[in-house]
Amino acid sequence: MTAAAELRLDLAGLRTAPAQVWGGIRLVPLVRDAPVPGLRLHREQYGEGYGVVDVAPHTVYTSYIPHGFVADWSGAGDAAAYGTQLRGEQAAASTSARVPVEAVPVRVHRRMARRQGRRRLRFLPLHLALEGYLALHFGGPAVAWEEWSQRALRRGLSPRVEEAYAGLEVQGLGDALRVFEIHPGQCGLLLYTADALTAAFAVPHPDDYRALHATLVHDLYGELVHHYALLSAPVPDFVPRLDAAAVSSTADLRAALAGQRAAWADFHAGTMAAGLLAPAYAARTVHRAGDFTLLRFLPAFRPRTENHVGEAITTADGRLAYLKTFRLSEAQTRRGHLLSTLAAHDWSLPRAAEALGRSEADLRTRLAGAGFAALLKHRPHAPR
Amino acid sequence: MPAEGLVAAEDVLLFANAAITATAQREFHGGAAEQRMSLDFLHAYMLGNYRDLYAAVLALGINDHNAALVIHGLLATAGEATPRQRHLEGRLIARRFALLPPQRGYALVAALREAKVNNRRTRAIVRDWLAARPDLALDAVKYRTGLKTALRHAHLPPPSAELGDFLFRPRARARYTAPLLDTWRRAHYEQGAVHELPFTVAEGFAARHGIARAAFLERIAPRMTRGERLRLQESARREGAAAVRADLTAMPLTRLASYVLGLPLPDRAARRAELTAALRAAARRAAGPEAGTWGRVAAVLDDSFSAYASGHKRRRPLAVALAAHFLLAELGAAYAPYWTSGRRDALPAVPHGATPLGERVLDALEPRPDRLVIVSDGWDNAPPGMAAEVLRVWHERLDPHGRVSVVHLNPVYDADTFTVRRLSPTVPTAGIRDAEDLPVLTGLARFAAGRTGLPELRAHLDARVAAFLAPVPEEGAAP
Repeated sequence: MTAAAELRLDLAGLRTAPAQVWGGIRLVPLVRDAPVPGLRLHREQYGEGYGVVDVAPHTVYTSYIPHGFVADWSGAGDAAAYGTQLRGEQAAASTSARVPVEAVPVRVHRRMARRQGRRRLRFLPLHLALEGYLALHFGGPAVAWEEWSQRALRRGLSPRVEEAYAGLEVQGLGDALRVFEIHPGQCGLLLYTADALTAAFAVPHPDDYRALHATLVHDLYGELVHHYALLSAPVPDFVPRLDAAAVSSTADLRAALAGQRAAWADFHAGTMAAGLLAPAYAARTVHRAGDFTLLRFLPAFRPRTENHVGEAITTADGRLAYLKTFRLSEAQTRRGHLLSTLAAHDWSLPRAAEALGRSEADLRTRLAGAGFAALLKHRPHAPR
Repeated sequence: MPAEGLVAAEDVLLFANAAITATAQREFHGGAAEQRMSLDFLHAYMLGNYRDLYAAVLALGINDHNAALVIHGLLATAGEATPRQRHLEGRLIARRFALLPPQRGYALVAALREAKVNNRRTRAIVRDWLAARPDLALDAVKYRTGLKTALRHAHLPPPSAELGDFLFRPRARARYTAPLLDTWRRAHYEQGAVHELPFTVAEGFAARHGIARAAFLERIAPRMTRGERLRLQESARREGAAAVRADLTAMPLTRLASYVLGLPLPDRAARRAELTAALRAAARRAAGPEAGTWGRVAAVLDDSFSAYASGHKRRRPLAVALAAHFLLAELGAAYAPYWTSGRRDALPAVPHGATPLGERVLDALEPRPDRLVIVSDGWDNAPPGMAAEVLRVWHERLDPHGRVSVVHLNPVYDADTFTVRRLSPTVPTAGIRDAEDLPVLTGLARFAAGRTGLPELRAHLDARVAAFLAPVPEEGAAP
């Protein structure tokens, strides 16, 4: 893995089409005028049960992993993505037929991203990005200051655990995706719950999108997404308003229509998606294949702002061929923020506390509150 | 009280639109339970508030599901009707009951029995309906349980001793004199007799005798009804039974459109000439004397993904749009279709993509046709509400005198609003179930603009009721 490079997400080549609303969920389609040449994505089904991934020696990542993506840059651009038709046989074969009842099936994956043949790469969508977040300063204190416990020095942050909800548990998401009308040429989707940007998804080819649209319901979503979807009132449509006084011919009317479309796209990119597109991300390359680069990125972990972790495949000219993001909840952002601040100050508690503008005791309480109590030699009283 | 009159007129139109479109089946945007609950409420509301208008709606070409519900509601509360209402109601019910398909008629009697509705009027109506059935022996074989329930519920003696034994004492006789009844008896042990029975009955016997499906379909083909033949034609062809051939030119328009949309695209391309000719013939028949009288017609037809509807009513909205496409081509002197997907060729229509209704409506209005018909489920989403804005600006600025008459026909019942979704308050909206009713519905839609009051609507309804109850000489069933 290489050193982190700065990345800014840029939806160049992806047009924003009008949003569709279902209850508290707003789906904004992204349309490509031409598919990205030379790259296709397919889905590999793993069925029910846990997935265990070897990410490094003596380190595993365990999660519910229903499917993986296969990136194929063999140039067979006209081939159709296979998707749902394999579901019946594979799911049945892996769960009901072979695995006895009341057992939890476990599937072991080797590495998050792994070559499968000369021009194919299998990777686990979203888990790749999340593992990047979980592995953040996973080794623990780099300098053995006396405040840190023996366990922190020996084993680092292990085991590092985060919780997420499956898309099926997000209220209304399944229905919203079912009744969504896929645009011709659509290659991506931005998902909003209660008008908070939740997830971004983009693929290189419209056929891939059609096959993978339904996989959004199997993805992981943070607790913020789950709660917003549960508690949100229905969000309103953005209904266009035409100025009747300015219209004196059908050509004027047509121009007004085009103006409304452009205004929506600008508003969306400049306001609604600004939290995703404006900040800089720290990106690390996971795999390089021909002209394409698979990378994952972490946000700056600023508390009380939008923070997305994600993964992307970029083309040689830096455009996005594939994008998938996960929105961190506020608690997850805070954990990232604490860890990065500590790491930036060589894990020295007094210096980190100073940088945060707080007392050392305060920082200890915050560390314990964030779930890192085991790192400290002398634990503070649990906060109420 | 004009305000009250307007409310009543609005309620009646709301109910008429619901009763034309709603079938209590799963729709694209709503589940079956939701639809049923919404519809049940609407029926109870209408029956409680506007009993005479509720009954008059039976004359409006509402669908069979709702007709059965209306009849059920009226019969269950027969005691609440005034003597004058009762007379008209009775005639309306009897007339509409006779138009129900037999399976729905028997199901309605079973529902009445279940609900313990057994007043004198119910019994009389069931008695008259049974007396008018053309062949009770056929009903006894095909709808055995239904006929038994009906006879029991209406306290009727069996029409003949033999039929009585057939229904109630099946082991009493060694053989029957009525040929169909005897065939049914023989079919229990004789394979040859199976093929002389009605198809649905024979299907069960064929399974019991283990007759190969292809051979069975080949031999039963002459006994199939028109609908059965249309439904089974494709599967029979796959089985290799070529005898099952539906005469496409004799099919009703919307039914035919559904059939065409059920065919895979390569088949549609290969049989283009045959299918187009059949659709045109059906459209000509539906247009009747009105053909070519509508002037220059434009249509905006919705083939977005939501036109798929659901597994219960597969591609129904798209079928209505396709049927309307062919019908309008016959009605108009000149005709221009605008599909939401932008397709030029109607036959390979598939439900796919978003619904940019605003742009299509503008495309259709630009050449200033005499009439614009919009067939859509009203879920305008690319961008949402654009069609309403375009129509508003069009009416305000570009066509203030209303030279282009615009009407919106919606094939989908929206359970949340208790009626079909409207596109815009300036455009009349009517529900539609079969494209054949399109000319009549555009007449009804003018009331939906919200400016016409109850007296006009009542006059319209009275005229429709009178026409509905007028004796039709060629119909043998009516007394």
